[in-house]
Amino acid sequence: MSSTLKLAWRNLTRYRRRTLLTALLIMLGVMALLLFVAAAGSFKQTMIGSITDSMLGHLQIHRRGYTASIDNLPLNLNLQPNAVGKIESALKAEPEIAAYSLRVKLGAMFSNFTENTSVRLNGIDPVAEDSTVPALRQRINDGDRTGPLVAPGKVLIPTLIARGMKVKVGDAVVLVVTNASGSVNGKNFVVSGILDGVTGPGGRDGYIHIDDARDLLRMDKPEVMEVAVRLKSLKSLAAMQQRLNARLDEIQNKEGKPATELHLWSDLSPFANIVRMIDMMTLFIRIMLVAIVLVSVMNVMLMAVYERIREIGTLAAIGTQPGKLMAIFLAEGLLLGLAGAAAGIALSYALVGYLNLNPVVFAFGREQITLRPVLELAEVAGVLGLAVLVSALASLQPAWRAARMDPIQALRHV
Amino acid sequence: MALIQADNITKSYRVGDMNVPALKGLSFEIGEGAFAAFVGPSGSGKTTLLNLLGCLDHPSSGTLKVNGTDISTLSRSVAATFRGENLGFIFQDFNLVPVLSAYENIEYPLLMVRGWSPEKRRERVEKMIAAVGMTEHAHKRPDQLSGGQKQRVAVARALVGEPKLVLADEPTANLDHDTAYRILELMKSMRDSFGTSFIFSTHDPKIMGEAELTFTLEDGRLVRQGGEACPPR
Repeated sequence: MSSTLKLAWRNLTRYRRRTLLTALLIMLGVMALLLFVAAAGSFKQTMIGSITDSMLGHLQIHRRGYTASIDNLPLNLNLQPNAVGKIESALKAEPEIAAYSLRVKLGAMFSNFTENTSVRLNGIDPVAEDSTVPALRQRINDGDRTGPLVAPGKVLIPTLIARGMKVKVGDAVVLVVTNASGSVNGKNFVVSGILDGVTGPGGRDGYIHIDDARDLLRMDKPEVMEVAVRLKSLKSLAAMQQRLNARLDEIQNKEGKPATELHLWSDLSPFANIVRMIDMMTLFIRIMLVAIVLVSVMNVMLMAVYERIREIGTLAAIGTQPGKLMAIFLAEGLLLGLAGAAAGIALSYALVGYLNLNPVVFAFGREQITLRPVLELAEVAGVLGLAVLVSALASLQPAWRAARMDPIQALRHV
Repeated sequence: MALIQADNITKSYRVGDMNVPALKGLSFEIGEGAFAAFVGPSGSGKTTLLNLLGCLDHPSSGTLKVNGTDISTLSRSVAATFRGENLGFIFQDFNLVPVLSAYENIEYPLLMVRGWSPEKRRERVEKMIAAVGMTEHAHKRPDQLSGGQKQRVAVARALVGEPKLVLADEPTANLDHDTAYRILELMKSMRDSFGTSFIFSTHDPKIMGEAELTFTLEDGRLVRQGGEACPPR
């Protein structure tokens, strides 16, 4: 094996410029793919982190039918205390769950005593919410970031409303809501913080204490509209979805059907479509890499076979088995792909290192994204494997041709 | 037992709709340790006959035995194995692998064909490279060697696997007169040292004089063996 590789390597150095150019092409293809994957991965992680850590959580549980009309913030599709208890038991039984937060969601009229606007509000338990969406606190751009997220009688309002209504931290405001039975209720609040908006649903919501929300809605039972859940690792999301679905299916309504529904962050955020688009672009770049490696290696190997026809005849005449001849040419293609891919990977690591020392910052919607690309070992191994596999495939036909060559015809070739 | 036994072998090629005969019923025997030449003008069938003896082609009819094996119908891979174990080749254009040194070219059949161990290979290659007087050029590549030196390396490569028979197609055609004689002398001394039979083809009357046994071919027929005319078949 080593002698075949040694001979293959020597043959590659026979036409150095051609080998170098082909390896360069493969290197550029590998670099393009790895850098795109690393940068897009960083962008995805930043955005997913922003969405899940500051707003949605990793997954959410609602009463069946709630998410279909979530834009209207319905008050008649609440999770009843009995169901909430069962959900909490199910969540506590899963060690992979880091935290969960019960939310009362409502729409309200926001008044600064001179003008009104509508606002979407989340009634939260500040401790549970802080554990479930730890980056929410970082969105407070004006106000106390160190104390409880929101205390009774206080409200966190989104920047857009603060600007539009000319409201500052410490100002008194009134929130007026209409409850499920149609009666109107209002209450005074003090603005305790202004929140930066983030992309996606809930990115422009305000926050009040859950007791205040229930008080405003005149709830006589501790009902909730939403349970946001945070996992210890996002990697266990799919498995957790499966396990939780099995547990939650046991909570049934009067018709004997599951009373709850579970959604992943990707089901709730339109950013999931951008993630799918990025994945699609990665696939296209991967296909381009395959095409580059396939065409360049096949071209070089076809040329190599054509230029060495007499040599192939000689090697065959002195007893080299067709399989061995095939192996020599296959090894050449493999080494070419391996060398190009290895150079591409090395340069990608260097560039990713540079980009981490000098990060690229750009605006995405209302957010400033700082790219800190990371090359995952599995991705690097996958790209290397792909390049080597495609190189082997590209060399297969020329190598087969060399192995099947008639020695007499080959020896006669001029 | 004769090393080569040819019994009424023919070879014809298809050219378009025509069947062109290249060899027309050749029968002969060559013993072990021979230093024989196939002579004749271009197109007489010398190379075709060497190709058949080298298991590179099959006769159209007749029986051809080399070292007791009927090589008339060997499959591609069995023929390759047979060549690797029993035959050596020397070519007119030397046909050394340009990316390998003289030493590595000689080592190639042992490494890639026979699969000998490194110690056994080193011992054998060093012996052969010394036998052809190329020790001081062992690490030079073919493009750093003269024509005569290349052919010496080719002779060593042909002999390194201890074959029974070495076939050489016009081995001196690309060499000057003095070098050609030195190569023939080398081949003869190798035959004397290792007992290997040499069969070469030539159309040069001076070179054919060096052979101990000549087979004269004309138009695909064997017309003379040694000094005696062959009866027409």
